[in-house]
Amino acid sequence: MASAASSTPDPSPTGGVSGRGGADRHRARTALPAVLWLPAALGFALVILPVLGLVLRADWVRLPELVTSDAALTALGLSLRTAAASTLLSLLLGGPLAVVLARGRPPGLRVLRSLVLLPLVLPPVVGGLALLYLLGRAGLVGQYLDLLFGVRIPFTTTAVVLAQTFVAMPFLVVSLEGALRTAGERYEAVAATLGARPWTVFWRVTVPLLLPGLGSGVVLAFARALGEFGATIAFAGSLAGRTRTLPLEIYLQRESDVDGAVALSLLLVAVAAAVVVLARPRAVEGAR
Amino acid sequence: MTPAVAPAVGLEVDVELTRPGFALALGLRVEPGKVLAVLGPNGSGKSTLLGVVAGLVRPDRGRVRLGGRLLTDGGTGTHVPPHRRGVGLLAQQPLLFPHLTAEANVAFGPRARGVGRRAAQRIARRWLSEVDAEGLADRRPAELSGGQAQRVALARALAAEPTLVLLDEPFAALDVDAAPALRALLGRVLRAGGRTAVIVTHDPLDALVLSDHVVVLGAGAVVEEGPTRQVLARPRTAFTARIAGLELVAGTAGPAGLRTPDGAVLAGQRGPGLVDGAPAVAVFPPRAVAVHRERPGGSPRNVFPVVVAGLEPRADVVRLRAAAAPGGPGWAEGLAADLTPAAVADLGLEPGVPAWFAVKATEVALHPAPGA
Repeated sequence: MASAASSTPDPSPTGGVSGRGGADRHRARTALPAVLWLPAALGFALVILPVLGLVLRADWVRLPELVTSDAALTALGLSLRTAAASTLLSLLLGGPLAVVLARGRPPGLRVLRSLVLLPLVLPPVVGGLALLYLLGRAGLVGQYLDLLFGVRIPFTTTAVVLAQTFVAMPFLVVSLEGALRTAGERYEAVAATLGARPWTVFWRVTVPLLLPGLGSGVVLAFARALGEFGATIAFAGSLAGRTRTLPLEIYLQRESDVDGAVALSLLLVAVAAAVVVLARPRAVEGAR
Repeated sequence: MTPAVAPAVGLEVDVELTRPGFALALGLRVEPGKVLAVLGPNGSGKSTLLGVVAGLVRPDRGRVRLGGRLLTDGGTGTHVPPHRRGVGLLAQQPLLFPHLTAEANVAFGPRARGVGRRAAQRIARRWLSEVDAEGLADRRPAELSGGQAQRVALARALAAEPTLVLLDEPFAALDVDAAPALRALLGRVLRAGGRTAVIVTHDPLDALVLSDHVVVLGAGAVVEEGPTRQVLARPRTAFTARIAGLELVAGTAGPAGLRTPDGAVLAGQRGPGLVDGAPAVAVFPPRAVAVHRERPGGSPRNVFPVVVAGLEPRADVVRLRAAAAPGGPGWAEGLAADLTPAAVADLGLEPGVPAWFAVKATEVALHPAPGA
């Protein structure tokens, strides 16, 4: 009981509450049923204990050497480059997509929105296979790319970027669309009555309103791209220096050198933790 | 420092629009350089009307014409987009762009029509001083009070040089203290510019101070219209009377006064156009009603029993709402009387207590009713 009481915020009304947004936070909360605390604690443990296990299992003496091995550095460099590229691609394609979904009233909006979210629920390896059958040498589009331009995408770094974009872009679309819906269309309507053309409204009103959601959306998409495994291995394979990103390297080392795999895992945990801490708490709200 | 004045243009609106649980069907016109007030309770379609004129809402049928330009025509599918209408909108919320300073907000309209940065800045400064807000130029919207933000929003709307200004309850979200100053400012600015404007409001005071003509809207249709003072001083429907803060009883005109459906007669001053036997209304202000516990003698000819239904404190009076008394006239239901708090205490008035209303015939105005 004592821990429950101490974690409850002071319910007394604060005198000088300024700003409309903050007012709700200062309201007294209704008591939670005590029975919720047990599953909540178990849920938290399920998230945090495995990471803790990883930290305990790590060979801290050899850690610097393990994370700076040639293979590790190559994989890390490739991961950072491809994740950055796919985040950029997500932004260039997903940004306009979010604006169209939030503002454009396209036909079949509900269906479109569900389809855009498909990669969030689809097993990534399925996504990778789908990409392979679209862009592979015998694929729907891939055979023409090969025939007409001599372009072969599968098992290249480009394939890694496409696979990561496939799984990461929905995160960006969801947070941007959420930010747009929260902001509402009223500012854009006002801008139009002031004589601003649609393009001016977009750049001078919509985009600035998007910026809060943009930061968290970008961070989420980057984090997801960085951790991508299934779609990458199905569509791009695991070629050292070209398609073997850090998660793939970890999976490979797990067979031969467990200490190395654990060390690289910690590296990814550190990067992911930094990303989540930077993006909190807006990213969580935006992804809802 | 006086802003450039373009020749004023008139507005003609004739539209129909149906949404789930809501229908709007009305026609109205505003003469060039005049201000029209659209009065009506919440949900009567006022804001939708402004949306149609601004081009933010498409009507199902009908036309919007501004000067010589056809802005909306449901028949041909014509729909000039909002940014090419030259119609400015000041809403209940200032809606200043949160990422821009007050000055940059005001400069937005000039910038959007291609004015250079420097020139737009000068225009913004000038309009900020028009609305007594030059000191706020560098503030962000979050650093402005409600009244300040609304003044900046007004400057922003006018700096875009609209040929028509739409005002959607511009004082509704302001403090009681800030509203009168902005109302006076708005009156000054609208008149100085000779601008055609439509103001939507539920406050008759806004209409009296700002408008030349008034349209009273109820359930998406025009209930009454005419010169502001005339309509508000001599309402012909209970609806308008309630909005204008007047009490109204309907019946037919007779030689002795207004004959109510239950046969009672209210004596009053006969207005122009009253025809005996035709529908008519008796109108009086709540402050003209005297309240008694016993049936009063003496001169008032209009005396009728009621039951106190409720008491609402107003600025310096208490407004007493009546319910019909058992055996008394049914039309007394909902009538109001304004009393001093002392009188309420002396008479021991509280909900459920029977009382008598007395209105002197000199305070009652008789008008022909619509359809007469």
